[in-house]
Amino acid sequence: MARKIRVLIAKPGLDGHDRGAKVVARALRDAGMEVIYTGLHQSPEMIVQTAMQEDVDAIGLSSLSGAHDVLFPRVMELVRKNKMKVLVTAGGIIPEEDVPTLKKCGIAAVFGPGTPIDDIVKFHKERLKAKH
Amino acid sequence: MALSLKKKGRGNPSRVTRRNTTRTKKAAATEIVETADRKAGYKNLSWMETDTVYLPSADFTYDDKLGLPGEYPFTRGIHSNMYLGRLWTMRQFAGFGSAFETNERFKYLLSHGETGLSVAFDYPTLYGYDTDDPHSEGEYGKCGVAVSSMEDMTALFNGIPLDRVSTSMTINGPASIIWAMYLGAAESRGFHKNMLRGTIQNDVLKEYIAQKSFIFPPAPSMRLVIDTFEYGMRNVPRWNTISISGYHIREAGSTAVQELAFTLADGFEYVRQGMERGLDPNLFVPQLSFFFNAHNDFFEEIAKYRAARRIWAREMKETFGLTNERAMKLRFHTQTAGCTLTAEQPENNIVRVTMQALAAVLGGTQSLHTNSLDEALALPTEKAVRTALRTQQVIAYESGIPNVVDPLGGSYYLEWLTDEMEERSYRIFDEIALYGGVIGAIEKGYFQKAITESAYRYQKDVDRRDRIVVGVNDFTTDEPLDIPILRLDPKGRDKQIARLRKLRSTRDRSKYDAALDRLRKTAEGESNTMPAILDAVKAKATLGEVTGVLREVFGEYREQRII
Repeated sequence: MARKIRVLIAKPGLDGHDRGAKVVARALRDAGMEVIYTGLHQSPEMIVQTAMQEDVDAIGLSSLSGAHDVLFPRVMELVRKNKMKVLVTAGGIIPEEDVPTLKKCGIAAVFGPGTPIDDIVKFHKERLKAKH
Repeated sequence: MALSLKKKGRGNPSRVTRRNTTRTKKAAATEIVETADRKAGYKNLSWMETDTVYLPSADFTYDDKLGLPGEYPFTRGIHSNMYLGRLWTMRQFAGFGSAFETNERFKYLLSHGETGLSVAFDYPTLYGYDTDDPHSEGEYGKCGVAVSSMEDMTALFNGIPLDRVSTSMTINGPASIIWAMYLGAAESRGFHKNMLRGTIQNDVLKEYIAQKSFIFPPAPSMRLVIDTFEYGMRNVPRWNTISISGYHIREAGSTAVQELAFTLADGFEYVRQGMERGLDPNLFVPQLSFFFNAHNDFFEEIAKYRAARRIWAREMKETFGLTNERAMKLRFHTQTAGCTLTAEQPENNIVRVTMQALAAVLGGTQSLHTNSLDEALALPTEKAVRTALRTQQVIAYESGIPNVVDPLGGSYYLEWLTDEMEERSYRIFDEIALYGGVIGAIEKGYFQKAITESAYRYQKDVDRRDRIVVGVNDFTTDEPLDIPILRLDPKGRDKQIARLRKLRSTRDRSKYDAALDRLRKTAEGESNTMPAILDAVKAKATLGEVTGVLREVFGEYREQRII
């Protein structure tokens, strides 16, 4: 039997808004995935290290403080440096005009406010189908 | 007594309902969607089922439940003449970038008729880090203004008459340090402590419960809070030494009832610990204030504020035995619910905010922040903030609502709902008691779990479209977003760091060393930390340095991960 999809939900930076991250974590878990939540106040280095240790298929980055422009690309840099094959998505308060930059550095999707959780579940199932 | 007429048997299955079709612009152009019957069994945002209509209750006793406005138990408000005497304070939460940029925004707001200030600090400041600390990477000036020193604080209020304008500061972990910077900056401009009016949020309990910008473990955090109660009572008598906050609990996903009960339970804990310190509650409790959310369900919110006042008054008088009536009056600030703002069709947010602000005014708030339409997207622009302020002014000056005290008092539905919220709160107090009180419940994750549960349940309701969010899961459009976004000065961080380094290299080193040394000794001992903190910030110690000393003495708090 194929192993379950493993997802790390991560809160980079000092941002304490964890409602969205927790709701998404619960939804992915209810959809049959294995979810690891980093908790708050993680540096990009800590997130990538956890992702490697836990051998996850996907990382979901959540930020509502506006620090995404600095912290998300840093995570992607470390993902590349470590040659990780991992699907990275983002969520939170992220202005539309920042989305192209985030996508260019390798973030597969940006889920803004109002995204139905089912869309996030489907996205992960579809993109990670080949592996499982 | 409510009629037992439940909404049932009204749904006609042959009708076109909106369960299956999302009304997009395209759909609306090609088909006419009939108005559907509403689903039976409406539930408010606390999942309370309501009846169809309400009648006078047989056990309603006016004097016991309501009393006159301005009289115990203050259900109808804390002033006999309410807004006829003085309108609520229009206080917009603002802050971004540097102290200089935020000072301009403050002056802009005051010039447009705002009547009080409210400071939003950036994340590093909330955690007691200076802008150049490695932890601050990426966060400078984003969620608020960066204040790393008394010098920054002075710049923040430059030109603002601190004896005439009251200032609220959303700061918790390092509240006493930021307050000391404010007191020091005011003093250097000739404003004596006893003329200053304002509020520090200073509510660490709700940080562990919901907002998560905690620094120290609960015990030393509570000590710092009680230190400010004591210091304020003796030296800054017109200052609210705490704003016990339900706002963030609600934003994190709680229901209205949970917001009410958790917040009041926190309030009781502060009173209890202040009394344990030996402070006279009749003196320090009048300086405690509250902060609630104004969410979407109109009557539920109004009932929440009324129940809050009644419970607080009863508990202060009957359980805690207070005799000073001022200590029984629950005074509160309200902010409209940020989490109800939608990124989709952001103009609709103006309407939401108007309804929420109305609930706050009809619920008898003392001050109010109205959110801006663009806040689900980014920090608000000047124009968006102005519209939010204008919303309050329209309510105040055009609607006629403030011209009568508690105009909804006696509404059968509202009084039933107020009683119901009170009763449900007491059930929650009993649950908290089973954990040995608020701190025990925090340590065992009771609040955090309850909030996470409610947030998830709500999201599932929305995803199933059991709850309609206009523009999000119904009445959607495909039109692209077209609203301007506020951008920060890209060189702001470098300038802030340069100022900070200059401060560190030019200050009187021996004075600074002595002040930090004294602070460390005070923190290690048991006496009040406020005087030593004041000395330290006046000796130009930065926020990060003062917090650093306290971190070394008190340790840091790590929360358990609950999903």
